[in-house]
Amino acid sequence: MNTLKTQHSTPNAPVDYLLHLADNALILGQRNAEWCGHGPILEEDIALSNNSLDLIGQARMLYQHAAELQGGGATEDKLAYFRDVPDFRNYTLCELPHTPLMSATAQGDRDFAMTMARNFLYSSLMVLVWDQLQNSKDAQLAAIAAKSLKEVRYHLRHSRDWLVRLGDGTDESHAKAQAALDQLIPYTQEFWARSPHEAAAKANGTGIDMAALQNDWNQIVDEALQEATLKRPADGGFVPTGKQGLHSEHLGFVLAEMQSLARTHPQATW
Amino acid sequence: MNTTANTAALKEWPLWEVFVRSKQGLEHKHCGSLHASDSEHALQMARDVYTRRQEGVSIWVVPSANISASEPNDKPEFFDPASDKVYRHPTFYQIPDEVGHM
Repeated sequence: MNTLKTQHSTPNAPVDYLLHLADNALILGQRNAEWCGHGPILEEDIALSNNSLDLIGQARMLYQHAAELQGGGATEDKLAYFRDVPDFRNYTLCELPHTPLMSATAQGDRDFAMTMARNFLYSSLMVLVWDQLQNSKDAQLAAIAAKSLKEVRYHLRHSRDWLVRLGDGTDESHAKAQAALDQLIPYTQEFWARSPHEAAAKANGTGIDMAALQNDWNQIVDEALQEATLKRPADGGFVPTGKQGLHSEHLGFVLAEMQSLARTHPQATW
Repeated sequence: MNTTANTAALKEWPLWEVFVRSKQGLEHKHCGSLHASDSEHALQMARDVYTRRQEGVSIWVVPSANISASEPNDKPEFFDPASDKVYRHPTFYQIPDEVGHM
């Protein structure tokens, strides 16, 4: 495998970096899928499923690429369904439940404002990330970025639209949108934290400099919040470490539901 | 689906008619209707509901209230008089062979 790789003139992205991108998409896709059949209205139910399927599609392409580079019998399904919490490299933001301020085992109504605020914060980042990754020296990753960029542009449009409607809506919708932001914004500090796999990807020209995107991201977020009459909470406090494999208590519950079928019937095909 | 929210949406959000053009060069065709709070909202919902299987390259949404429609009761005087005017179909012309298929 190594000899094969060195024959290529272009470098490949580090596997952990691809897993980071894939896990973000898969876990947020799984969270969005939790709305399937429970959306506030039929059209939004379908919109959230569309959004989820876009993200899971992105994850599949990235896992396929990672599996090929990893070798040793790795497949997209093994990467998605047979890794455990510490192996996942997604931002902690992506794994949080739709209910604000609850423990992982608590059951509560899904909060649409939480879902929209998170989709907005994540897709505001990913429009910038995928745009830059189109120039990745890893040709496969660059192609995935070009496809994903179109999808995430619509996710941003959809979630931004709702954030503004909720923030600039009724007293109740404003309060829920503000509460969602107050809870979620601190988690976005992880976007700019350094990690070994991001540094390695940047060093060989397959990844990007995340810190360089921060001003553009701030601008996208601040403009939307102003339009939505919402206040941005101050940064500070704990910086989450999900992309390093150290997750919140919520990811285990996401994986338990998502992976149980594949683990119960490991030989199943579909 | 949350039926309370759905009922409120049906009551408070106006109805929009959705027209989708399936290919460049073809006309927009009516494909359904939905409730939405404004035109931008209606467009996005139409995109998510009516074009997710590659049905379209362009969408129009029109407030249903702005459409003037003929009354079902007007059917006899509107449409029935045309029923015995077969000569309005150009089916009685001999088409020369060199014209080919029309």
